[in-house]
Amino acid sequence: MSAVREQVRRRSEAPARARMFVITPVLVVYLALAVLLVVGSVLVGVQGGVLLDHGGILNILTRGTVLGLVAIGQTLVIVTGSLDLSVAYLIGLCSLVAAETMAGSPAMIVPGVLAALVVAAAVGLVNGLVITVLKANAFIATLGVALVLRGYLEHNYTGPAGSVPRAFQHIGYDRIGPVPVAALLMLLLAAAAWWYLRRTRAGYHMYAVGGDVDVARLSGVRTGRTIVTAHVLCAVMAGLAGVFLAGRLGSGAPYVGTDAGYDLESIAAVVLGGTALAGGRGGVAGTIGGVLILSTLDTIFDDLAMDSFFKDVVRGVVLIVAVALYARSRTAGRSA
Amino acid sequence: MRARPRLADGTGPVLVVLLILLVVLAFAGPAYAEPSGYLALLKRAAPLVVLAVGQYFVIVSGGFDLSVGSLVTAEVVVAARLVDGDDANTWWVIALLLGCGVLVGLVNGLITTKLLVPSFIVTLGMLLVLDGAVFLWSGGAPRGALSPSFRVLGRGSADVPVLGQVPWSVIVLLVVVVVAVWFMRSGTGRMLLAVGDNENVVRLAGGRVDRLRLLAFVLSALLASVAAILLAGFAGVSAQVGEGLEFRAITAVVLGGVLLGGGRGSVVAAAAGALSLEALFSLLNLLGVSGALESAVQGVIIIAAVAYAAHGAGLRQILRRPVPDTA
Repeated sequence: MSAVREQVRRRSEAPARARMFVITPVLVVYLALAVLLVVGSVLVGVQGGVLLDHGGILNILTRGTVLGLVAIGQTLVIVTGSLDLSVAYLIGLCSLVAAETMAGSPAMIVPGVLAALVVAAAVGLVNGLVITVLKANAFIATLGVALVLRGYLEHNYTGPAGSVPRAFQHIGYDRIGPVPVAALLMLLLAAAAWWYLRRTRAGYHMYAVGGDVDVARLSGVRTGRTIVTAHVLCAVMAGLAGVFLAGRLGSGAPYVGTDAGYDLESIAAVVLGGTALAGGRGGVAGTIGGVLILSTLDTIFDDLAMDSFFKDVVRGVVLIVAVALYARSRTAGRSA
Repeated sequence: MRARPRLADGTGPVLVVLLILLVVLAFAGPAYAEPSGYLALLKRAAPLVVLAVGQYFVIVSGGFDLSVGSLVTAEVVVAARLVDGDDANTWWVIALLLGCGVLVGLVNGLITTKLLVPSFIVTLGMLLVLDGAVFLWSGGAPRGALSPSFRVLGRGSADVPVLGQVPWSVIVLLVVVVVAVWFMRSGTGRMLLAVGDNENVVRLAGGRVDRLRLLAFVLSALLASVAAILLAGFAGVSAQVGEGLEFRAITAVVLGGVLLGGGRGSVVAAAAGALSLEALFSLLNLLGVSGALESAVQGVIIIAAVAYAAHGAGLRQILRRPVPDTA
């Protein structure tokens, strides 16, 4: 008996030991981030600046907060094998809903936030139902919803609207040392999402559905419900990003999400973080690394006063190289 | 049923939609009472149709090309700067634009096939790079001007013996569609369709999967260049000329019933989808629907089209049952 147990133990240990030496995407992302911080510090230092001073850290984290919120939601959706292209317009819509409901009165802060999140959840529900009930491809379904939202925004708004009470603007600007409170809240949500994906049944179902929908269904997973849940959560995260931006800007702005390209940018962050675009593989930890890489890149470029063209080129190249590396290591692993 | 086999699966519905739209247009606008109205519509639709045909090649082989919109913008801006209003520059600039198109397609295709990066990400990266390049080059406001001979392709007309004045863009459109149909009926075209359906089977059967997918990206970028030349002539130079065209082209292809993920659908359906989209926009315009709602309508249509494609088989059966001999 004990021999068998010993054998079992040894066998279960072997892959664990092997895994220690396998470079996981998450590790690569944070290594890349560290390298980027060092190289960036040197480059900025050569020009006589300091990258990671008070302002630099604040800059990186503030940039990362909104993108992080959206990318956490996007991670859930992409892991489930789906995609959400509607988040950018949804951010604009939610910032407007929040700011217009608050209308400058501190008493309306909670209803404003709730209204924005309810709208976001409804849009996510529509996304999920179009994909599961109408059986539309996720790309097309969320693109369609994005276009509908855009039409609504263009028809009804020409510029910023509503106003956010001063009390609520604190959420956008308060900080502890160089760390914005909102960034901490974002990291807290990231931890919650990590826990949800890795420690709950519903989270495991998302991986199962993303890995293979048919196998998941045959194994008794309610695939439709899982996909809808992922989309609702993703939309709510985008809604939070919209609310936060309303707090920072002091009012709602229809194009605040699209100007920054949060739809494609969040997908880029997720993919950069090692999550497979096809679904079933990856996680929130990598995504946060991806978000920090993107926001650090932006901050470095700003410090170097670099041309916006190089910014885009470097981002494009970083993204493609990262995905190529992941693809390569995955095929190498498969053939081994 | 005997008359039908020439039409690929799924082409029927979009042609019906297109026909209905065209008839409604005739009632809605006096301009469409005579052929010239429809000719103008074709002229307006030509760039989108050309783009949709290019996008069709990529989608049918199982990919996406998100870079076409920014490629169009980049080429229009570059053309304006290089031509600089001088007729002598027209032809070599056109050749250069087509060459650039091929180059962009090669890069897209090579990264997708050799580095195994999903085409969504590759073409997204290309979109970023091209957008950045345009901004760098133009500083936000394009300089230079197109020569009259360059603009002829987009807005001029040719004398055709029987039909009279036919816009050049319509001729380009017809040539592109005819060549594309011919290509998809050739061995290579059928193989391309098979790649989208099941890549592994094609590989096992000895097909050169990588080369076929590369070809699809090159064709898409090349046709985007053609669309850029047409659009530059038709709409003139601006840094926003290609904005959102990639999604519009994908919408058109999907509207034509071409399955995302590849392996199904016909070129004619994709072209008809683009034409329907343009006809619909003209109709909305005539009915006085504000331009802002255009995108909302586009969104609803795109979802409806895909939902119909997914549930189409069942729906068609229900529709057919009462009239068994529609053929």
